[in-house]
Amino acid sequence: MKGTWIFNNAPLITAGGAVGGKDEKNGPLAAYFDSFFADDVTQANSYEEAEGFFLSRAAQIALNKASLSSGDIDLFIAGDLMNQITSATYTAAYLNAPYLGIFSACATVCEALAMGGLAVASGKCQKVLVGSVSHNKSAERQFRYPNEYGSQKPPTCQKTATAAGALLLADKGQGIMLESVTVGRVVDYGINDPLNMGAAMAPAAADTICKHFSQTKTSPADYDLILSGDLGKMGRELLFDLLSSQGYGPDKQRLKDCGLLLYGEQKDAFCGGSGAGCIASVLAGYLCNLLQNRVVTRILVAATGALLSPNWVKQGNTIPCISHAVSLRVGDNNA
Amino acid sequence: MQSQEVKGYKSLMKKHEVKKPLFKSFSAAFLFGGGLCAAAQFIFNLFVRYGGWQHDQAAGIVLVIVIAVTTLVTALGYYDNLGQIAGAGLAVPISGFANSMVCAAIDDRSEGIVQGVATGSFKLAGAVIVFGCVSAFIVGIIYWLGGLLGFL
Repeated sequence: MKGTWIFNNAPLITAGGAVGGKDEKNGPLAAYFDSFFADDVTQANSYEEAEGFFLSRAAQIALNKASLSSGDIDLFIAGDLMNQITSATYTAAYLNAPYLGIFSACATVCEALAMGGLAVASGKCQKVLVGSVSHNKSAERQFRYPNEYGSQKPPTCQKTATAAGALLLADKGQGIMLESVTVGRVVDYGINDPLNMGAAMAPAAADTICKHFSQTKTSPADYDLILSGDLGKMGRELLFDLLSSQGYGPDKQRLKDCGLLLYGEQKDAFCGGSGAGCIASVLAGYLCNLLQNRVVTRILVAATGALLSPNWVKQGNTIPCISHAVSLRVGDNNA
Repeated sequence: MQSQEVKGYKSLMKKHEVKKPLFKSFSAAFLFGGGLCAAAQFIFNLFVRYGGWQHDQAAGIVLVIVIAVTTLVTALGYYDNLGQIAGAGLAVPISGFANSMVCAAIDDRSEGIVQGVATGSFKLAGAVIVFGCVSAFIVGIIYWLGGLLGFL
């Protein structure tokens, strides 16, 4: 099976912007965010519009850090969880740049990196901005219940992050190398509980990570960190067992989950954070920081997405899941 | 091959299952539900004893009070946190019904008064009303037949 692209002339991540809401500000990764919105609506007329504000600000921060304006961008690739990806579209209108809208649910940012990497590596584009966003309140409305509804959530459920992340890919300059990408396939192990997404998505993550190791001829020991997108507590345990059974069992300390990192032990996060903005903000803020400061030199990020719609689940269907992985590295040759 | 993998995975899921805190949930539901009913009964008794109200009038006003308080607590943004702890304890009494309407009305405000608030209010509550009407109809038929046959 195919799916891994190794870039000989690796595109570089030269800047990132991470924006969060107030729960992210109280989380353990707060120091790595660039900016926070004080409340959920942020002067917007709706949660959906606010979500657009989040991604726009993250995109603007990434551009500012690279001293670029939106006119310098060859391509903007983004997505979110809303129907018809309205938040990404809002940001594309704000940037007024050539735009490709994509959807891989919570794995969107890695799909965007894959496509952006391809665009840069092909030589057709010099600067590509990628990003994704999610908003807890708009996601609750669309996928679950109204926000103030007093239903009891089970302990397996996860908390959609109110956050956005944007990353700037460039063909030259200083930055983190996007050395390879593994595009996942849809994996469905018959889970139909939308309040247990970690368990539904873990097999997809395992599938993509194992494929990445075998096609790039690497092993878990070659990476300082292996990160899943938003599998949560239970999903991370499942992923560890699945990888071990395939002979790719990593050092458990090095297997992290962005959803768990984002909220730490915050009780109302249940099994951990989730959402397209969760991994995007953790990647653009925390992980880019670790790489830039050489705390780690090579990481594998496997974003996980549950490709469901509310009606699809109500109809009793199982949840199709996907995971896309990107391998990021800092090395001497691009210092 | 695929199904064997899936079967193996299901057992793996059992191994890492995050257990629902059933005892805690049941106790909380009992305490909150019981507490709400006891409080309602207390207010009912006050109206009857000191207000001189008839039983059916007092029952009506108690319902209105529970609905009003639920609406206020929902609007202030505390009800969802209470509901997470209390579960069925607050969902089964009329507080659950009131919350289901108010939360939808608040959430859908951004879509306007007609297409949002007015349409959305019954998004969750509609099911309660439909099943209430259907079961009332069925019970009514049974009652009517019982009367005809002389055993009700």
